[in-house]
Amino acid sequence: MADENIEMKEEQELAPFDPTKKKKKKKVVIQDPVEDVAESSQTDKSDSLPVNDGLESSFAGMKKKKKKPVESISLNDETVDAGEDLDDHVNDDEEGEEIVQQQQRYPWEGSERDYIYDELLGRVFNILRENNPELAGDRRRTVMRPPQVLREGTKKTVFVNFMDLCKTMHRQPDHVMLFLLAELGTSGSLDGQQRLVVKGRFAPKNFEGILRRYITEYVICLGCKSPDTILSKENRLFFLRCEKCGSQRSVAQIKAGFVARVGRRKT
Amino acid sequence: MVELDIQIPSAFDPFAEAKDSDAPGTQENIHIRIQQRNGKKSLTTVQGLKKEYSYERILKDLKKDFCCNGNVVQDKELGKIIQLQGDQRKKVSHFLVQTGIAKKDQIKIHGF
Repeated sequence: MADENIEMKEEQELAPFDPTKKKKKKKVVIQDPVEDVAESSQTDKSDSLPVNDGLESSFAGMKKKKKKPVESISLNDETVDAGEDLDDHVNDDEEGEEIVQQQQRYPWEGSERDYIYDELLGRVFNILRENNPELAGDRRRTVMRPPQVLREGTKKTVFVNFMDLCKTMHRQPDHVMLFLLAELGTSGSLDGQQRLVVKGRFAPKNFEGILRRYITEYVICLGCKSPDTILSKENRLFFLRCEKCGSQRSVAQIKAGFVARVGRRKT
Repeated sequence: MVELDIQIPSAFDPFAEAKDSDAPGTQENIHIRIQQRNGKKSLTTVQGLKKEYSYERILKDLKKDFCCNGNVVQDKELGKIIQLQGDQRKKVSHFLVQTGIAKKDQIKIHGF
C-alpha cells in the first residue's frame, strides 16, 4: 500500500516519532503509489495545508531540527553547538515557524522537498573545507623540476639533476636508472658527481616523458594519487606501499626487452 | 539413492582466470621500442607478437606501408622480433590496431 510505504519513509526521516503525524499522513495520502517520496511530500503539503495548518508547521519545525545541529557546526564553533542543539529541542514545538524564517543557506531550505544527493555532497565539502581544509580535495601538487641535460661530446648525454629528481621521488637511483636505460634502449652509468651519463643523444623532453611514465607506474599510489609511497622488495617482487592511505600494490619488474645490436660488429 | 556429488578432478587450468584479467605479467603485451643508431638514425623493434602470425608477411606489409626496410630477428629468449628502420613506433601501433592483430591496450610503446 502506498500510505504504508510513505509512513515507513517518514519514520526514517524524522527520528523522534510523532503519533499525530502518522494520523495526518494517513488522512491525506490519496496519491499514486509510484510517486517517489520527495514529490509526494511536496504535493501532500500543498494538499494538507489548508486543512491542518498547525500540524504542518510543526512538521516543518521537526525537519528543521534534524538539520540544525549539523548546520550549526559549520556556522559557529563547536563549543556553541551543544547549546544550540538544546535550544532547538525546546523551541521546535512551539515556534516551528520562526526557525523556518532563517537565511537561505541551502537550496532546500524553507521548502519541504527532500534534498538531493548533489546538494548534500556540496554541503559536506563546504563544512569540511571550513573546518579542516587540508582534507578537502585540493591538495598541493608535488612539483618536479625539469630535467637538466647536457651534451657530452656528440654521442653522450649527461642528465645533471638526476639525483635531485630521485630524491624528490624517494626512489633508489639504481631503480630509476634501470628504468630510464631500459626505456631509452641504451647503456649508461653514473659518473663521479652522481650525474647520469647516457649513450646517445636525447632532449630534455625525452627524459621528461620517460620520468612521467616512471612516476605513474612506480611512484603514484593508485588509490589516492599521492606520490608519498615506498618501493620495497619482498622476495624478488617489488611492492609499492602508500604512506598516505596504506594501500599496497605490486609493480611490474623492469625488463629491458630486446636490444638490437647497433654499431660495428666484430666477427 | 546416494547423491553422487563428488567432484571429479578434470583438466582444470588454475590460470584460466588470470589469463583473461589484466594483471601484470599475465597479459601478452606487444612492446614497440626504439633504439638510437648513429646520427639521427634509429631502429624500431616490435616484440611479443603472437606466435600464430606469420612474421614475414606482417613484415612485408609493414615495409610496404612505411617505405622502410626491416627484417625478422630470432632471439634466444624472446623469440622472433621485427626490426624496422627509422622511428616507426606510432605507425606500427596504428597498423597493428587497424589490422586487428592487437588491441590498443595490449600495445606498449617504449622510448622517449
